[in-house]
Amino acid sequence: MCLAIPGKLLTAEEHNGVRIGRVQFGGITREACLDFLPEASVGDYVIVHVGFALSRVDREEAERSYALLESMGLLEGELQSDLHDSESSPGGRAGAGGRPL
Amino acid sequence: MKYLDEYRDERIARNLAAEIGRRARRPWTLMEICGGQTHTLMRFGIDEVLPPGIEMVHGPGCPVCVTSLETIDKAIAIASRPAAILVSYGDMLRVPGSRTDLFHVKASGGDVRVVYSPVEALKVARAHPNRPVVFFAVGFETTAPANAMAIWQAKREGLANFSMLASHVLVPPAIRALLSSPHNRVQGFIGPGHVCTVMGCREYEQLAREFRVPIVVGGFEPMDLLEAILMLVTQLEQGRAEVENQYVRSVTYEGNRLAQKVLGEVFEVCDRKWRGIGQIPASGLSIRREYADFDADTIFDFEGFTVPEPAECISALVLQGRKKPTDCPVFAARCTPEHPLGAPMVSSEGACAAYYQYRRHMVAGAGAN
Ligand code: SF4
Repeated sequence: MCLAIPGKLLTAEEHNGVRIGRVQFGGITREACLDFLPEASVGDYVIVHVGFALSRVDREEAERSYALLESMGLLEGELQSDLHDSESSPGGRAGAGGRPL
Repeated sequence: MKYLDEYRDERIARNLAAEIGRRARRPWTLMEICGGQTHTLMRFGIDEVLPPGIEMVHGPGCPVCVTSLETIDKAIAIASRPAAILVSYGDMLRVPGSRTDLFHVKASGGDVRVVYSPVEALKVARAHPNRPVVFFAVGFETTAPANAMAIWQAKREGLANFSMLASHVLVPPAIRALLSSPHNRVQGFIGPGHVCTVMGCREYEQLAREFRVPIVVGGFEPMDLLEAILMLVTQLEQGRAEVENQYVRSVTYEGNRLAQKVLGEVFEVCDRKWRGIGQIPASGLSIRREYADFDADTIFDFEGFTVPEPAECISALVLQGRKKPTDCPVFAARCTPEHPLGAPMVSSEGACAAYYQYRRHMVAGAGAN
């Protein structure tokens, strides 16, 4: 749960004074808070940790480290959530429950 | 070098490994702090391409692994209450408490929900205003600002049913404790790239000066680690002990000021017990008094929560870099990711889990396949 994952910022909106965006990680998207990274704008690649964008990276860097995390099987644990049962997991692995139990 | 072959930039990686070999004239023992880095080292066999004198030992940088048994038991106690909802990061579910784990509590009817973000924990609390919703929040400095933001937001909204069981740990005091130990063998550190993305590099300079130890803040890709090792070996051979930043793609000297600000607003530094290691002074973050209404430790009554650690798990020594997981007598035998006896076997970033995934063939008779 300690990793930070790069993804592409698809949208950015304000909800009750908090700036929230949707970030695409491979085949899935998750909400991310943008309050720690106000300079992030739609189309940017951002490093996200537990739903908070922490820094910006370039596209090539984002794609490379995403592919690496996926190859190590580290993504499903990181993006696992009971609130997203209907979405598919990265790399087509077992359902939103993450690691097979 | 069979693992490195799978890496795209294999040629550059090999050149870096060769350069480390040329520069290293003496043996050096180096530690990577972060569990994600441990995972990469094992996955790509980086430890195996280094010259024989360069030994990598693995640090305590897995928040799941160092969360104390008491804290896990508190989470289990909360999850076992009929009305309560315990919300947690997925990794925490299989961490063994003294008697059971959260996964079993969930299986026998406890309301335990996995979220990927504190923002989702708040959503659960909003959706169930009549039930206490407790977010079990662990993590290093990378995670703490996000968790802090959840409390800050809950207070702003007046979300009275939300609270946090917080067990945050800080990296620099852990490095200090390792370096102060008479058993310490570590001569150089690869600093945690994502922790430093938030906190910057300043805190590490003091450590480097005081203990005369080089620290290179590194990323988690194979090339990052090889480059960080090369930078460490270069410093050691030249007799330097400085903080250098290999992971400039994400880490600045100052770190993320906005994240630091929220962290400081909600949390304050406290002593913290690390699983396996014991109490480390000023190594944790607790919720400030101004936010006590959101602190599960104040809201719930936890009396008599001190429990001994299982004797056969040597995770204390593993987390301090004094033993390798393969030195543990029950590694890959009675302790596996399916039936973990200690936390480093649970989390994907735990050293024992990384060794289980990539190195269990090294243990004779361990049922490797
Ligand atoms: S292999 Fe299991 S029992 Fe041994 S140190 Fe690791 S977690 Fe503990």
